[in-house]
Amino acid sequence: MIVRRSDRVVVQGITGRQGSFWTEKMLAYGTRIVAGVNPKRAGDMHGEVPVYASVRDAAREIGGVDTSVMFIPPSAALSAAEDAVAAGVRLLVVLTEHIPSHDVMRMHALAAPAGCRIVGPNTAGLVTPGEAFVGIMPAFNRRVFRPGSIGVISRSGSLGTLICLNLVDAGHGQSAFIGIGGDPMLGTTVADALKEFERDRKTEAIVLVGEIGGAMEEAAADTIAAMRKPVVSFIAGRASPPGRKMGHAGAIVMGSRGSYWSKRHALEAAGVRVVDTPAAVAEALPRSPGFDPREPA
Amino acid sequence: MDFEEAEAKELLGQAGIPVPPGELCLDVEAAAAAVRRLGRSAVKAQVPSGKRGKAGGIRLVDDAGQARAAAKAILGMEIAGYRIERLLVEKCASIAQELYAAVLTDVESRAPVVLFSSAGGMDIEEIAAERPHSIFRVPADIARGVERARVRSVLQGAALGEDLDAVTDVLVRLYELYSRTDAELVEINPLARLRGGGLLALDCKLSLDDAALFRQPELARRGAPERTTELERRARSLGLKYIELPGNVGVLANGAGLTMTTMDVIEHCGGAPANFLEIGGDAYTKAEAALGLVLANPRVKSVIVNFCGAFARTDVMAAGVVEAWQKLKPRLPVFFSVHGTGEEEAVELIKQRLRIEPFDRMEDAVRAAVEAAG
Repeated sequence: MIVRRSDRVVVQGITGRQGSFWTEKMLAYGTRIVAGVNPKRAGDMHGEVPVYASVRDAAREIGGVDTSVMFIPPSAALSAAEDAVAAGVRLLVVLTEHIPSHDVMRMHALAAPAGCRIVGPNTAGLVTPGEAFVGIMPAFNRRVFRPGSIGVISRSGSLGTLICLNLVDAGHGQSAFIGIGGDPMLGTTVADALKEFERDRKTEAIVLVGEIGGAMEEAAADTIAAMRKPVVSFIAGRASPPGRKMGHAGAIVMGSRGSYWSKRHALEAAGVRVVDTPAAVAEALPRSPGFDPREPA
Repeated sequence: MDFEEAEAKELLGQAGIPVPPGELCLDVEAAAAAVRRLGRSAVKAQVPSGKRGKAGGIRLVDDAGQARAAAKAILGMEIAGYRIERLLVEKCASIAQELYAAVLTDVESRAPVVLFSSAGGMDIEEIAAERPHSIFRVPADIARGVERARVRSVLQGAALGEDLDAVTDVLVRLYELYSRTDAELVEINPLARLRGGGLLALDCKLSLDDAALFRQPELARRGAPERTTELERRARSLGLKYIELPGNVGVLANGAGLTMTTMDVIEHCGGAPANFLEIGGDAYTKAEAALGLVLANPRVKSVIVNFCGAFARTDVMAAGVVEAWQKLKPRLPVFFSVHGTGEEEAVELIKQRLRIEPFDRMEDAVRAAVEAAG
């Protein structure tokens, strides 16, 4: 789930307002966008990118794709995902928020046996600074993203952006950013993303940006306890009232389930340094020897 | 979206699950008349929340006179913040055993699960704590549904005797209802085994996925209205997510994560947030209306505007805030922290039009807002 420059990316919904805007940003950054999809515009060119009626058509014509990023409204998300999975996409980045939960379950049920990893729904995307990005993150903003050794995992795009900005401000850079999404049922969990960074050679430390709701942080505690790399975490939602959905469909505390303290205690017991404010994240990170913040990317 | 018992039971009945004869009553005389027809009955407050029994919202009555007294006591009562305006009068049944049946979305396994317990009548959390061995789980496949034979074989261990097939039927039909209605939870508790044989759904909870309401238009009209404040309703009509809170620092931020964090830092600095309000996603163009909402709360003594633009452009959001501020002319201090997409233009705009210097660190902006609120 770390996006690479060599990955062959298709954009579903490339001709829409957002799809078109972000395709331009991704291309300019170096992401290898090989095709776009719009069933009504097959045969057109969107700038330099050929448009096909489906991901299946695209894969057939250009000889396979690796990753698809979906700029698709909620009601059409399931059929778009079916198309991508049938086309043999290995990584499906679902940006869409408010997909009906029964459709989300169907999506996960059909992707898993096909060997397709879903990131999201309701993710802001993936960034590998200096290499490529897919989604709606300000990868191109040099105050926010710079190549480095910190792996960042975040449920939220806006808060993930702030944390990344603070990291760069403090002289750090990121090996990659993995936006896992704000929905309750995610294809890629906190534990999945942690394992990826533990394997990744460029990553020396990990920042986990959690939030209230669900039990993903708690479920990741065992993974963390077995990890070699240090993990620092900020968890959003300490001041949020229980029983209310705080913007994200997944951010809701029911009884004691999903509460701030349940997550914080579980992470701390696993050896994670949990900090109280976003600015404290960078201060809590170990500084890697030989890292020069002034070195140009 | 939650449903009152009477609505949920109508759906159960349509799904072929037996429910007691009952009548929905809006006033005391209707309740009395219903009991004359039904005989010994339960008079039940209609409220989309549990715990109504403990709150005095359910009374057993033998005749019309008692029904009148019960209805009089319950109507107008407040339970979990809801004012009771509707009663369900239901014929009492002769219960041999209380069971539990539900179908719900299991977030961890990302699939539906059918749940059954032979120890109904209490919350599933209590059952899980006190009688864990009474709970039977049948994971379902969202694409293929749940197989009757599989449900039946799992229930073999539940000592249901001659009711095994009837309970299996209820669970299969409950799954169909869950599937057809885009539910997150449909729960029958208790599901009564009757003295003379047979089953009866005595109470039902139904909760639908809000994200699916666009394709469930008929059900969307029948759901219970959420308990909201005037400002929360106004926000909803503007397409904004606003939650009113008891503090005095008004919050305007983009994105759920950043907004929660702004509230957290307010508390960390010793203050209390007056609201949750995020203008993330496509709502980033609604900053003007959003600020109007923040300021409409009379408790607000200072405002923190915290933007970190990725998808949301901070220049567009800042323009909306500046516009609203100059139109509404509030006599309140406002503090900014702005970063990300469109940052330079946004900062320039705030400096030029409001003569305010945004803080670089959100923590500093929040601290200033907390201090100004007193």
